[in-house]
Amino acid sequence: MHNSLKLSLYGIGFGFAAIWLIPFVWVIRTAFLPKEAAIGSGWTSEWTFNNIVHVWNGAPFGQFMLNTVFVTGGVLVVQLITLTMAAYAFARIRFVGRNLLFMLFLVQIMVPPDALIFSNYQVLNEMGLLDTKVGIMLPYFASAFGVFLLRQSFKQLPYELEEAARVEGASRLRILSTIYVPLSRPIYVSFAIVSVSFHWNDFLWPLIVTNSEENRLLTVGLAMFAKSTESGAQWSDVSAATLIVSAPIMIGFLLFQRQVIGSFMNSGIKG
Amino acid sequence: MNAIWSEKLKRNGFGWGLVLPSLLFLGMFTYYPMLKSVWLSLYEKNLATPEPLFVGFGNYAGLLKDHVFMKVFNNNIVFALGTVPASIVLAFVMALFADKALKGRALVRIAFFYPNMIPMIAVANIWLFLYTPHFGLFARFASWISEQPVNLLGTPDTVMGALIVMTIWKEAGYFMIFYLAGMQQISKDLYEAAAVNGVGAMAAIRRITIPLTMPTTLFVAVIAITNSFKLVDHLWIMTKGGPNNASNLLLYYIYDTTFNYYDQGMAAAMTVVMIALLLIVSSMQFFGWDRKIHYE
Repeated sequence: MHNSLKLSLYGIGFGFAAIWLIPFVWVIRTAFLPKEAAIGSGWTSEWTFNNIVHVWNGAPFGQFMLNTVFVTGGVLVVQLITLTMAAYAFARIRFVGRNLLFMLFLVQIMVPPDALIFSNYQVLNEMGLLDTKVGIMLPYFASAFGVFLLRQSFKQLPYELEEAARVEGASRLRILSTIYVPLSRPIYVSFAIVSVSFHWNDFLWPLIVTNSEENRLLTVGLAMFAKSTESGAQWSDVSAATLIVSAPIMIGFLLFQRQVIGSFMNSGIKG
Repeated sequence: MNAIWSEKLKRNGFGWGLVLPSLLFLGMFTYYPMLKSVWLSLYEKNLATPEPLFVGFGNYAGLLKDHVFMKVFNNNIVFALGTVPASIVLAFVMALFADKALKGRALVRIAFFYPNMIPMIAVANIWLFLYTPHFGLFARFASWISEQPVNLLGTPDTVMGALIVMTIWKEAGYFMIFYLAGMQQISKDLYEAAAVNGVGAMAAIRRITIPLTMPTTLFVAVIAITNSFKLVDHLWIMTKGGPNNASNLLLYYIYDTTFNYYDQGMAAAMTVVMIALLLIVSSMQFFGWDRKIHYE
């Protein structure tokens, strides 16, 4: 590669990377500086955990975090079951209407539940499940995207494996759980990472479904907390709250960044 | 003969049984809500008319006359035009950097991708702070450039631009990784052959990298455009769609119409518009596949 191109790529790469880091650095700075110092533009050497502690005690973020873990985990567990079953059927079983049904599944990829908040709210209302954690989770129990991803992976496994197991007398469910699932582990990991980060970060749907504190998720709690503190002097608190809410996923990302980025890479649906 | 039929029946039953749980949830929260929106969009249903009253295409005609809807629709187009091409170009350039074996590429990849891991609502908090007059870093920077105090989010002329910059920051890294995947599939031999034949590095990018990542570009463009319709969380924290609807977007207006104006007929009609837009944009991808934009 030409040196001039290399040099300009370096300039662009590191230049943008630096700019991209500014917002996060600024939030960390504001969250860990004493309130008076945070409002100015300078840096001081006195760091403090007071803001974090103050915020953690000021709103039930612990409860919100438990709720979020429960909802995110619950969605994932049910999704893994439904999509494994459907993916296997679409990949390996010839049944009447399979292709048509598969096309119908793709509709959810094009029109995801986030776009249907208005009508899904009404469906939930009809079922009497407003302001419940199950209500937040229900629309996401089936993932056409996951089915699509896993079906590809199942189809790529050699069919001979299944035939050999069948000759040995294994049932299809056993074949599914001992051959297909373990051999598709990377896809499961990819899907899990994408699903967890999506549901941990989701906001508008949990906002409209819940209105009690006992069912509130972290993102909604954060938004309510930020709304209740309007004046500039509160920015230390809001920054601290923002960090608390973002921290679990961010830490996970920093620890496993290769795998996380790889998962999002795999999640791109390609022909 | 009987055995064949029984095998067939068993196979079909097993197949349908396996897809049934997914189908049930899709039915309840995708197909039924879609149909219900279409149905309800033909009725008037609001605080004044609690019992649905058939009005045909009245709600749609009402939308065309609703200057807020027209403004919101226009805003969405501006938002898409502002965010999509810029994020794609940036994503491509960053992927170019991260793809080459240059020093520090892991750091650059993290720096560019991390905004994606932060909840949109937290991103909104962070940027609201950055844009807050007098206190915020970017607000101070903008004041310094224009030599007067500015309120980026409080001024109709600047609010959309400010939100577009934030969205590009949030999304470009996500698109970068798809380019990264696309670029890794390009054979290194092509570049070597090009170099041997005296093709410059810039020309190689123009004549090899860009055409061979066309399928990625199409894929990313579809995600980026549909995201520009789905991303509205930040409005709740930052502007509530204001000032004077200057930053309002379609999905947020649907939310407002449903939960603040309680006009279900209109909200249903707008949901149908939204569904139609999403279907049209996504089908671009299938259309693209047919036309073989990829290079095989």
